[in-house]
Amino acid sequence: MDQAQPLLEITGATVFFGADAAIDGVDFRMFPGEVHSLMGENGAGKSTLIKAITGVLPLDAGVLTLAGEELHLHTPVDAQRAGISTVYQEIELLPNVSVAENIFLGREPRRLHMIDNRTMRAQARRVLAELGLDIDPASLLGSHSVAVQQLVAIARAISADLRVLVLDEPTSSLDVDEVAELFRVIRELKQRGVAILFVSHFLDQVYEICDRVTVLRDGKLVGEYLTRELLRIDLVHKMLGHKETELKSRSRAPASDGDGAAPFLTARGLTHAPRIVDADIDIFEGRVLGVAGLLGSGRTELARAVTGIDHLHSGVIMIAGADQVFTSPRKALNKGVAYSSENRRTEGIVAELTVLENIVLAVQADRGIWHRMRPARQRELAASWVEALGIRPADLDRPAGTLSGGNQQKVMLARLLALAPRLLVLDEPTRGIDIGAKVEIQNLVGELADNGLSLIFISAELEEVLRVSDRVAVLRDGRIVDTLATAETSVDAVLALVARPSQEDEALA
Amino acid sequence: MTTLDIATAPVRPSLASRYNTFMSRHASLMPTFAAIAILIVIFVGAQIYFGNFVTPRNISALLLDNAYLLILAVGMTFVIITGGIDLSVGSVMAFTGIWLAKLLAGGTSAVIAIPVIILGGAVIGLLIGVLVQYFDVQPFIASLAGLFLARGLAYVVSLSSIRVENEAVLWLQSTRWHVGSWYITPTGVLALLVVAIGALVMHFTRFGRTIYAIGGNEQSARLMGLNIARTKVAVYVISGVCAGLAGLVLTAYSGAGYPRNGIGTELDAIAAVVIGGTLLTGGRGYVLGSMVGVFVYGTINTVISFMGAEQSWTRIIVGFLLLVFIVVQRAIVARAERRG
Repeated sequence: MDQAQPLLEITGATVFFGADAAIDGVDFRMFPGEVHSLMGENGAGKSTLIKAITGVLPLDAGVLTLAGEELHLHTPVDAQRAGISTVYQEIELLPNVSVAENIFLGREPRRLHMIDNRTMRAQARRVLAELGLDIDPASLLGSHSVAVQQLVAIARAISADLRVLVLDEPTSSLDVDEVAELFRVIRELKQRGVAILFVSHFLDQVYEICDRVTVLRDGKLVGEYLTRELLRIDLVHKMLGHKETELKSRSRAPASDGDGAAPFLTARGLTHAPRIVDADIDIFEGRVLGVAGLLGSGRTELARAVTGIDHLHSGVIMIAGADQVFTSPRKALNKGVAYSSENRRTEGIVAELTVLENIVLAVQADRGIWHRMRPARQRELAASWVEALGIRPADLDRPAGTLSGGNQQKVMLARLLALAPRLLVLDEPTRGIDIGAKVEIQNLVGELADNGLSLIFISAELEEVLRVSDRVAVLRDGRIVDTLATAETSVDAVLALVARPSQEDEALA
Repeated sequence: MTTLDIATAPVRPSLASRYNTFMSRHASLMPTFAAIAILIVIFVGAQIYFGNFVTPRNISALLLDNAYLLILAVGMTFVIITGGIDLSVGSVMAFTGIWLAKLLAGGTSAVIAIPVIILGGAVIGLLIGVLVQYFDVQPFIASLAGLFLARGLAYVVSLSSIRVENEAVLWLQSTRWHVGSWYITPTGVLALLVVAIGALVMHFTRFGRTIYAIGGNEQSARLMGLNIARTKVAVYVISGVCAGLAGLVLTAYSGAGYPRNGIGTELDAIAAVVIGGTLLTGGRGYVLGSMVGVFVYGTINTVISFMGAEQSWTRIIVGFLLLVFIVVQRAIVARAERRG
């Protein structure tokens, strides 16, 4: 791993989506025989940069060079021909044809235009052996596990002239043994001088296998570092960062005699393996519980476990001392537990329906088909919420899809609040919305809590979580590491918890 | 777990492991085996019932009576494996048939007329293929448009049937080559040739494997750098060519072109292909399987006529079989998905 010339280099990469720059002036380089990781939260620009390197998206500005020669990639096939291969998270292979064919399709050995199956299978066996895989090349790809299919995808990549290998979240569906196997293969490829881009949100794995890491934030380059020279906590710091905040911090109503009262909802041992394991939370009335952690740490999974969307593998939820089994979101709603999804567009508003219809949707669903609300009553209800939450434009008959992100979020809130819930779980409510709307929603959370509603507030932005919450549960790798009172902690302390290195790392660092 | 020492001498595979290997390689053959089993069952049953069912004469007639359907089924297999469908083939067959009859009646030599009508079939196939690939029209709709176009063209050519007097064309059907008590006509040979070529192309050419790739996962196939566009258009052209050939065969068989031929025949072809083990969702299927499917269809037809029952019973039984096969296919796919 000497400091040779970079094999792949991209300078000043800029890609626009509409008027926004998804990545802006990013420099990135990969050295042969090195594993390089790209890190950053949602919206940082990781996938855009990867798409630029692999030919899926064209660059609006910037230069890409491979071994010193400039490359212009128009399609993924161009990238493949240049020696840049990608193994996607969803295995982009063909389950209905054989392993050998998957490896060689498009480049099969032929005699007189007829495919030479025997030679193909022999060559496939050879390539698979290089990866240490002993599987039948004539077997259908679909008959193998995802882990094996992934290795076949890598076999396909190395059977051609491979110079750069991009692994996109390769370990999401693998168990511990399969991950070890994959890492063995990656080290093999390193020996051969292949440059590898390892994209993953699992910090442990990044530190285990990667030599170099580049951090992006908000579309811009934060820096490139060697993993052996960068402490985990510093990496997390650079990913989440301290943001300049011009937001007024709203003073919360002082802690009343709520402390010491019994929790409204208790959950113990919530498990939906492998994303959330053994989580304990207590929800008090009129209090906001924040959930902090990196992407992939189990934030959304925790929310879905508490609100009946995912079936629990184990764990109990108790409301007022009585055991609850939430087999569906409806059951949770009946007990006053409501969930607002982070996927505003696909799991939140119904874009084609009007603001009015979106707001009364849950209430009407609750009442059932035989008890339709009178239109006047619907309008009254919706109008009151539009006013209360400040939804703009205050036009009940506009399709909700035409509203801005912030107002769409308010419509979602109105819908759930119309049900008079007791616990409202907000998953990334301020993601992708402008500063003004962010403040409004944060203030709203405070007001709702003052009025006795319990809330769980999930966000990737630590400052926001700490500002809004009374207590914060810190997640790491699917477990709650600690639950702290926000008044007694700080962003740095939470960062430290999120990024706490494992024992081995502490020894090395 | 997945890493074995390659240098170890291979152990003699047990029966169980041989079965596993077979299944992991050829799981998609199961429906075709089922079709063969059904064919055998019908043969045996009919033989027992009628006593003189399985004779060389009857089997030979089976091929010849259904030669046109066999050719259509081959083209249809190509299209369905890509995940598409071609509803136009019955009408194209009628159009090319009546056009051939008209050309021949007008004095055109068979050497010119035959390639011309096949080209006609190819052009309609090309139109459908272009609609599907470049205009993003659903294959169902695009081929439906082809159906109406071809049927209309058939009526434009002639509103009534036209007899064929041409020696060459009649020769195709009337000549019989005998091998013992078995016989076959040139049309039969043509049909078997189409099947053979179809099967070879599907399994031994990059083009054929690309067809399976498109049916398996078009997105993946594109990312693998395969030429999707050309292949998708080509399968509809192939289907059109097959429809043209079927028009030739049917016209020779009946001695006349008839514009009302082939109404609903595309559905018979689809039924045969599905019974033969091709999944309608694409990615799995065999040309030889479609041949078995055609024979199943034809045999049921023969049995029905042997029994003196109404021809519509064929449709009812085929419909029932189709239902059973689709359910079986679904079960097989579901099991494969669960394992993978």
